Amino acid sequence: MSWIPIALLTVPLAGALLLLAPGPTRPETRARLLRAYGLGVSGITFVLALVLALTFDYGDAGRMQFTTDQSWIPGLDLRFHLGVDGISLPLIVLTTLLTLLCFVYLTGTRNERPRALSCTLLVLEVGMIGTFLALDLLLFFVFFEVVLIPMYFVIAIWGGQGRRAAAIKFILYTVLGSVVLLLGLLLIWAQTGTLDMVALAQAHGSGMARSVQIVAFVAIGIGLAVKTPMWPLHTWLPDAHTEAPTVGSVLLAGVLLKMGTYGFARIAIPVLPEGAAAVAPWLGAFAVVGIIYGALACLAQRDLKRMIAYSSVGHMGFVLLGFATLTPVGINAALFGNVAHGLITGLLFFLAGAVKERYGTADMPTLGGGMLGRLPRMGSLLTFACVASLGLPGLAGFWGEMLALLGAYEPGAGLSRPLYLTFMAIGGIGTVLTAAYFLVMLSKVTHGPPAKTSGGLMADVRGYELAAWVPLVALILLFGLWPKALLLITTPAVQTLLGAP
Amino acid sequence: MIQSIDYAALAPALILAVTAALVLLLDAFLPRAPEPDPRAAAGARSNGRAAPAAVAGAMAASDPDGVPVKAGVPGGVGTVSGVPADVRAATGGLPAAGDADAEPARSASGSPAAAGLWRAGGRGVLGLVTLAGVLVALGALVAQAVSGGVRRTFCVPRDLVTGGEPPCSYVIDPFTLVIGGLVLVAALVVVLLSMAELAGGAIPVGEWYFLLLCTLVGAVALPASRDLIMLVVALELVSLPVFALTGLKRYDAASSEAALKLFLVSVVSTAVMLFGVSLLYGLSGSIYLDRLTVGPELRPVAVVAIVLVIAGFAFKVAAVPFHSWAGDVYQGAPVPVAALLSVISKAAGFAGLILLLVVALGAQAALWSPVVGVIAALTMTVGNLLALRQRHAVRLLAWSSVAQSGYILAPLGVRSEGAAGASIAYLVFYAAMNLGAFTVVMLVSRRSAGNTLDDYRGLAFRSPAAALALGFFLICLAGLPPGLAGLFAKVIVFREIIEGGGVALAIVMAVNTVIGLYYYVAWIAKLFTPAPQPAGPAGRTTPVAIAITVAMVVAVAFSVAPQAVFDLLPGALSARG
Repeated sequence: MSWIPIALLTVPLAGALLLLAPGPTRPETRARLLRAYGLGVSGITFVLALVLALTFDYGDAGRMQFTTDQSWIPGLDLRFHLGVDGISLPLIVLTTLLTLLCFVYLTGTRNERPRALSCTLLVLEVGMIGTFLALDLLLFFVFFEVVLIPMYFVIAIWGGQGRRAAAIKFILYTVLGSVVLLLGLLLIWAQTGTLDMVALAQAHGSGMARSVQIVAFVAIGIGLAVKTPMWPLHTWLPDAHTEAPTVGSVLLAGVLLKMGTYGFARIAIPVLPEGAAAVAPWLGAFAVVGIIYGALACLAQRDLKRMIAYSSVGHMGFVLLGFATLTPVGINAALFGNVAHGLITGLLFFLAGAVKERYGTADMPTLGGGMLGRLPRMGSLLTFACVASLGLPGLAGFWGEMLALLGAYEPGAGLSRPLYLTFMAIGGIGTVLTAAYFLVMLSKVTHGPPAKTSGGLMADVRGYELAAWVPLVALILLFGLWPKALLLITTPAVQTLLGAP
Repeated sequence: MIQSIDYAALAPALILAVTAALVLLLDAFLPRAPEPDPRAAAGARSNGRAAPAAVAGAMAASDPDGVPVKAGVPGGVGTVSGVPADVRAATGGLPAAGDADAEPARSASGSPAAAGLWRAGGRGVLGLVTLAGVLVALGALVAQAVSGGVRRTFCVPRDLVTGGEPPCSYVIDPFTLVIGGLVLVAALVVVLLSMAELAGGAIPVGEWYFLLLCTLVGAVALPASRDLIMLVVALELVSLPVFALTGLKRYDAASSEAALKLFLVSVVSTAVMLFGVSLLYGLSGSIYLDRLTVGPELRPVAVVAIVLVIAGFAFKVAAVPFHSWAGDVYQGAPVPVAALLSVISKAAGFAGLILLLVVALGAQAALWSPVVGVIAALTMTVGNLLALRQRHAVRLLAWSSVAQSGYILAPLGVRSEGAAGASIAYLVFYAAMNLGAFTVVMLVSRRSAGNTLDDYRGLAFRSPAAALALGFFLICLAGLPPGLAGLFAKVIVFREIIEGGGVALAIVMAVNTVIGLYYYVAWIAKLFTPAPQPAGPAGRTTPVAIAITVAMVVAVAFSVAPQAVFDLLPGALSARG
């Protein structure tokens, strides 16, 4: 039994519960205390994640470490089984980092009901970390669901104009996915009699007939694909991202989407290899359609946040394409793309939020260009984030896409090579289109003469914003220049996962 | 031949029956308060004598009419002496003792609300007596559970039985204990809600508690019943007093209509069920559940009998297509009665259904499980769809509880070993969550009589604790974390369905989970939306607050440690326990 994973869950949970207690009555003291409190709790959690990362045995990254295995509900076979390996470690650190940066960002912004917002974000963090830690199918499902209610409230209370409809759409859509996911998980359970992900992954699908594996993979895949989101199950995402407040968008894009892709890596592919082999071409097809669709949709957007939201559909398409190859290269690419997308899109949503706050709108024609002239630092950061997102070599976004296409060049055994070559070609067109829409956006927003109509004097990047964004910029550069830092951690785990020697 | 009766086995039901008698007795001998309704409050103003008389009666133990009051308030005396303080507060801090005729003016100064408090003061002791009775009965049940083993009584004498163990009519086994415990804990909450409801003064107190206790006797005896006659009698004992409870609110048209509707539906369903039961008796020649064997040559008749029995119970648990009464009756009845209908009465109905189908007719599962499966799918779908459009809180809960009935029925719709266990587990979780929701609805109904969903707008700002509690209960009902109780309940039902191979039913239920989520979440969202106008005063809500706390503690306990429920479940149900 290891204390760090448990502490990672209990610190934010206790932090959230403590917020329910009455605080000081004076508004100013209260606001200041609350800011420090949120920073403190998320900071401690981040430090815990760092401790986890530092004490992690990188020589044996394919093995589950820091495991805890306690019986919780014997009647449901549900065990409180937690652990960390090379796949989950980067995502846990990413989650705690993004949450901390959200709290840093909140110190400078005014929100209604800040206490409720802090409480909600901390509960959200519990669910996100728990999803990446859980090694029991039902426990995974429980944490997978924990995020829904807090995210619903983040959108419905602190969101924009159409927040009510967006929030309801978000929760209904994702719950529909979740119940299908649950049915798939229960099907695995009914067939094998265990919920232990590690044992199930080691069994590599033995004990389940091919037809059962296919049904279970489709059910679980649909559940995860809604969250990821995969085309054509993505329609909740643009509304949710557009209406959510900045911190909500950041966490939604940065972490919540990763829960879906993580599920593919942790459950769907290793536990149901035959199902995966049968469904992978379909997954790949939907993935490349998503890439093209996302890019084309982005070209048609006027709203900055909405455009970034659609770009997520495209990027997640690359991640899914990586999974669909069923090769170590492809899955590594997917995991890398996951983390890179979390960092880059997190940064993009922070920037979009800041732009919206200054200009009062995120409508690109209204923004009217010339940002590099008016707000040089902000404009540069936006340019940097966009260039990273379109996959410029040397930045984090490049490796995920490149490796995914490379994986598609040589797909796993039993998969049709010509089909995957087609996928690769279409994906390649997708990268060009991605570059196109980001450059079009930059030409509209950052370049050109400043529009005379909008706004007076605006503040450039403020201190708290810089504090929230610089870590992301640094990590995007780090992983872009030294991708091995991440690949070294994930590779052993991926090999264990695929049963490779 | 004299049978030996195991009174320890009967203890909870007997205690409740004795309490009911005690309530009736106390009600007859406690001094009369003034007529409760507003018209009569005006009468008390002109009369001026009757009201202080109640005070004097409570204080000096003598009634103007000369009825000796000291005759018997065992265990209630301490509370009676505590009452005058309450009354004094209501009459503006005046010393309540003294000449009955001396203070007409002061009593006239009391508003109708104060008159209600008076009445609660005089009769409030009945609520406490009922509460004590339920608690003692619960204690007896816990003692039975702790002592373990299976108790049987009302058995056929051994020398009359040829071969095998003699059948018994009343059996205390884990199934009985789980349902009985559920009923009694729910009863505690219902009694607490009743205290707040009766403080309004529009309902006669003594009759109310007497009828409530009668229902509880039936609900506790029902799961123990192991013969057809006992089963039917217990079920009627649960149903009959509820009509009266529903209609007890005088001069209330909605309530009277609800009572009439419930009466008609219930009588029809009883007739249908009796028909089925009599066919079963005719087929097997026995009334004992463990002897209801049906030969293969009588299969067509058995199908008819089973369908009739299921139809009868479907009325009781408001399953589709016999659900249409639920909306009007829940809405028209006082909130505690709606809570009672949705939890206690429903639990009793399901207990009877499980006893008949699983215990008695388990061998014929191939005949009834498809029927139940179809009913379950229809019930959850129709219930959820009807709930979608509701604007009234209790009506929404009525349809949502119809939908939840569908989830409870679902495991019985597939042929699997643990189906009954899953149903009971869901029933237990459901009882906690739904009753919890009703407690907060009760609280809000004290403030705004309309009780529409819009009255819940901004509850989080007026009373954060109540709003959090209601939010939690609704999330539980929707089956999402942090309402883990509801999630685990759904998981256990899903598991049973999938193990039984009912994929279609599982998909229907999955879709329904999403539909249900919509109206629960919409309601939760209202709680946290700022309210335009503040609502009126709350009135007396302490018992409701206690009820909310009780329900909250249970629901949180179920969320953290649902294993407690699974441990209680009977491993395998059988007629002999």
